[in-house]
Amino acid sequence: MRIFDPHIHMTSRTTDDYQAMHGAGVRAVVEPSFWLGQPRTSPESFHDYFDALLGWEPFRAAQYGIAHHCALALNPKEANDPRCVPVLDTLPRYLVKDSVVAVGEIGYDSMTPAEDTALAAQLQLAAEHGLPALVHTPHRDKLTGLRRTLDVVRESALPVDRVLLDHLNETTVKEAAGSGAWLGFSVYPDTKMDEDRMVAVLKEHGTARVLVNSAADWGRSDPLKTRRVGDAMLAAGFGEDEVDRVLWRNPVAFYGLSGRLRLDPPDDPGTLHEGNSILRGGE
Amino acid sequence: MTVPRPSGTRTASVAASRAELEERLDGAARTWLSEALAEAAHAAEQHAGQPAGQDVADLTGIPVPPPARPAAWELRFASAGRHCGGEHAAAVRALLLRTARPGQDALARLYRYGDAAERRAVLLALPALFSGPEALDLVQDALRTHDTRLVAAAVGPYGAAHLDPHSWRHAVLKCLFTGVPVDAVAGLAKRARADAELARMLTDFAAERTAAGRPVPGDLHRVLALTVPPEAS
Repeated sequence: MRIFDPHIHMTSRTTDDYQAMHGAGVRAVVEPSFWLGQPRTSPESFHDYFDALLGWEPFRAAQYGIAHHCALALNPKEANDPRCVPVLDTLPRYLVKDSVVAVGEIGYDSMTPAEDTALAAQLQLAAEHGLPALVHTPHRDKLTGLRRTLDVVRESALPVDRVLLDHLNETTVKEAAGSGAWLGFSVYPDTKMDEDRMVAVLKEHGTARVLVNSAADWGRSDPLKTRRVGDAMLAAGFGEDEVDRVLWRNPVAFYGLSGRLRLDPPDDPGTLHEGNSILRGGE
Repeated sequence: MTVPRPSGTRTASVAASRAELEERLDGAARTWLSEALAEAAHAAEQHAGQPAGQDVADLTGIPVPPPARPAAWELRFASAGRHCGGEHAAAVRALLLRTARPGQDALARLYRYGDAAERRAVLLALPALFSGPEALDLVQDALRTHDTRLVAAAVGPYGAAHLDPHSWRHAVLKCLFTGVPVDAVAGLAKRARADAELARMLTDFAAERTAAGRPVPGDLHRVLALTVPPEAS
């Protein structure tokens, strides 16, 4: 089973996770920018974080045979802090990088005017840079948040079929699917979706434009949830081709809209990269 | 410090590198490269037209102020991989740097806002861009990482020429520690010769590894042999 986790925060995970993910079949990930738990207070903190997503994380991932790309953005929560908002001025400098395959995570947290502004501005940046957008739907008041998100997307320069709506569930999937956007589901141990509910959604709505992710981060989460969904799909009677569509071909198609996805296998540990071993970088 | 300007020899070498690179690129990539190099050359002309002393900021000047809009060639520098192919990106970036010949400010910005591949390109281009130690802070920044792509680039000819003995010895040790082959260390034999302090550090490192029941890197013995004073060998 080949797996592409389209939303995982590897900077919050250990190298043991990379190893276990590779063992489970994960060969590619996209790491979107998000909130670190501890609020940031300046654009420079974002710059260092972007550097990690463009430098250290791909380096770590390559040591475990996993291709690492990222999505960059000012996240919805910190869009409300005027000390952080100036990062929007330097974001274009990072959106041109070869391993940036989307703008994200953007969207709503508390649905404030500041979030409206940041969402609209970053949808515009996505359109200008030829990138799709990963749009998070809020944890609280989700259906209202989805509708407001779709309104802003429709008013933007970014076509809705270049948008991935994430953290969907049974209450939001129908409207999201009707919009023409790509459909993302985060499978968690306790919250969001679990693998059996995910299978039920797939049975009802089919596998077209559906992406499943672990959204694993510093909270209670599991980077192997993508594999668990694949196993649950097979147990429920889905074929291997349908599993491959959800866990590999759909994320490849969505992030491939950027024209920047490189899925040739990363250097194996022990081989030479530009003349240098990358085997033991952190030892 | 003045920034060295292109010499006739260097210009010929850039032309040769370009011709060699163009052989390997397809039509679309060649067109893209041609436009990118024209923008880089334009930037070099503007840079050359500035009064002396205008672009002499110390590279330690962190944070580097971001420009409102990066120059066109700088955006090309960032996106070289997807336009020319990942396997050619390093050569394209090297050629862009040697053509634009950025001053210290621009180079510090490229490094500060660069991803790992761009930073590596900047480090590898340093010997072609600066004759003095003015860019050494970029080398030291790279040596603080554990990214072996950057560490290997940092111990190239520029680092070999300008790192002080203490920093250079720690760079060699870091290569052994992180698995960077010491073949990446420029001028290794010359700088290691009769370096008793380096020999002590290597011997201590080997003892630590042995005590832990871990293998001693093969390269360590190679470097240790190089530290022997000429009269003793």
